[in-house]
Amino acid sequence: MSEQSLVHSQDRRPRRWHIAVFLAPAVLIYTVVMILPLFGTLQLSLFGNVENSQVFVGLDNFRTLFGDPRWSQSFWNALGNNTWFFIIHMLVQNPIGVVLAALLSSPKLRFSAFYRTAIFIPTLLSFVIVGFAWKLILSPLWGVAPNVLDLVGLKSLFVPWLGKEEYALTALSLISVWQFVGIPMMLIYAAMLSIPEEVIEAAECDGITGMSQFWKIKLPLILPSIGIISILTFVGNFNAFDLIYSAQGALAGPNYATDILGTFLYRTFFGFQLQIGDKNMGATIASMMFFIILAGVCLYLFLIQTRLRRYQF
Amino acid sequence: MKHRLLTGLLMASSILGSAGVALAQDAALTIESWRNDDLAIWQEKLIPAFEKANPGIKVTFAPSAPTEYNAALNAKLDAGSAGDLITCRPFDASLELYNKGHLADLTSLPGMENFSDVAKSAWQTDDGKASFCVPMASVIHGFIYNQEAFEKLGIAVPATEEEFFAALDKIKADGTYIPMAMGTKDLWEAATMGYQNIGPTYWKGEEGRLALIKGEQKLTDPQWVEPFATLAKWKPYLGDGFEAQTYPDSQNLFTLGRAAIYPAGSWEIATFNTQAQFKMGAFPPPVRKAGDTCYISDHNDIGVGLNPKSKNPEAAKKLLSWIASPEFATIYANALPGFFSLNSAPVKMEDPLAQEFVSWREKCKPTIRSTYQILSRGTPNLENETWVKSANVINGTETPEAAAAELQKGLDSWFKPAK
Repeated sequence: MSEQSLVHSQDRRPRRWHIAVFLAPAVLIYTVVMILPLFGTLQLSLFGNVENSQVFVGLDNFRTLFGDPRWSQSFWNALGNNTWFFIIHMLVQNPIGVVLAALLSSPKLRFSAFYRTAIFIPTLLSFVIVGFAWKLILSPLWGVAPNVLDLVGLKSLFVPWLGKEEYALTALSLISVWQFVGIPMMLIYAAMLSIPEEVIEAAECDGITGMSQFWKIKLPLILPSIGIISILTFVGNFNAFDLIYSAQGALAGPNYATDILGTFLYRTFFGFQLQIGDKNMGATIASMMFFIILAGVCLYLFLIQTRLRRYQF
Repeated sequence: MKHRLLTGLLMASSILGSAGVALAQDAALTIESWRNDDLAIWQEKLIPAFEKANPGIKVTFAPSAPTEYNAALNAKLDAGSAGDLITCRPFDASLELYNKGHLADLTSLPGMENFSDVAKSAWQTDDGKASFCVPMASVIHGFIYNQEAFEKLGIAVPATEEEFFAALDKIKADGTYIPMAMGTKDLWEAATMGYQNIGPTYWKGEEGRLALIKGEQKLTDPQWVEPFATLAKWKPYLGDGFEAQTYPDSQNLFTLGRAAIYPAGSWEIATFNTQAQFKMGAFPPPVRKAGDTCYISDHNDIGVGLNPKSKNPEAAKKLLSWIASPEFATIYANALPGFFSLNSAPVKMEDPLAQEFVSWREKCKPTIRSTYQILSRGTPNLENETWVKSANVINGTETPEAAAAELQKGLDSWFKPAK
């Protein structure tokens, strides 16, 4: 290869139009439905309504959100509830997902396809159905929960969970866990299936079997998947709205005990009953949600994911 | 073959297209509403009656879900895709629409003279100069009771608070019935059927409500705190697990005959008539001492306004004038017992329960819900806060005094009474 031909080829490098053409539909649609609204929201949060016209107010809305005792109290309450919602998912949903995946990937288990489907089905259900079904199950009047507890003689343990300030949020988190446990299970299950047989065999030759095989061989190999699941859970939870809205309504009762950022945003932006919607404050809350999620994802990408060790086979 | 199919399709579409043109010569009107329960009444009774008298106008009633109505309507109005006629929520939600130019001024509409000033007050500017919705109906609060249960237990209809709680005690001691069907899960029952139902007796109806708006009374005054204290006393008489009991749960508990008393709004009458298998009666909120004046919440609830962007304003005004007529009032009040006409012309109603409710207008002083006019204009919203606080008080998680203090604090943060 001479130098001349190299120069030549640089000269004649064709413009690769096809890349732009093939990317265009997705980029266009994504821009229209995601990027523009996002910037629209950020812009809206910098404006205020003065005498029926939109006026640029800088960061005033954010000052109100954090400075006004009532706004800030509602915001921190929602953020706190949201964090608890996330913690429950991390502590309950993801470990259960891992355990289920480990059980399912065991070659000795029969009917594993059936279990897999059965556990995954709630994920496909509409949140309206889930919210309504659980409201009925837990209903103190017609629900099966009090009867079932009565059958085993534990009726005294029954509490109208969804109506008690101290339990409502945890109960709803667990309902959400029930609905979505299929997703971590599926992802981990796939990761476990991709562990090569040789690695497992080598471990067995070295006398590592059973539980210690799980802890020492499989778990380190699926850690990257667990990382991805954590971040998906984080994004999903901080954007959550539907289950709370369908089960508790927009006021997220009792006494705002189940109010999360999503319902707080909804009430503020669209208004509720006599409360008239305030799109600027609503956009401010939406922007805060965006920043919180952005911060969480960045933290994960830069601090955790770069330190995860990957194994090549 | 393919060719012929295409020709056929084209021809068919041209015929259908011209049929569309023929229809479009009629003036088409669309009514926006949150009353999806009323769909059948509009389609079967009201619209045919109107269309018969006014050939050439086609009316469509297009309701959406009550909880989503305000948000959906605002979005449609901003986008210019809303219907010609707009069902008006009372007070500020509609006033806001009027101020934004989404509702036309109807002060001089023929038919408006059929309504009293009180009836129009819910859809007027603060100075009362311009009216922007035709008043349609009001709802009255009270208690509906299971007559069979009362007869079986030998309970007389309570008139005073003392008798009311004595009756509840008796029902509770007997154990056949849940004394009172109400839950706090949906929050608004506690405020609307609780606080706003029994409250007017304490704050003396309009007197207290207007004093609150003028800043002469505060929510922390005894007449505003005592209703909360009475609500707190309801707790032991509600069903097991009332904290998670929803509004439909309460309705079902009562209509299935499992509860004896239902704190009600008159809008329940139609549903209860079809569902309950027993005789029902009603009594107004009990007074504190025998001989006291009774006060009822006779709340302006529904009006209809005109979208100024309507393509057929003349036809729409005709419909509005008809809605303001005694003819409409008679059909509406009888089709929907429990929604009482605001028309000055007396309306004859067939339903005994509805007659009972409306008869209180004669002996009691009516008022509207205290939180609706002006006081729910700012943030925090007094009405929504009252829902939450009323539920808290019944649940026992907050004392009446603390709840009232919080409400007043929230109100003080934005409300400056005009002196």
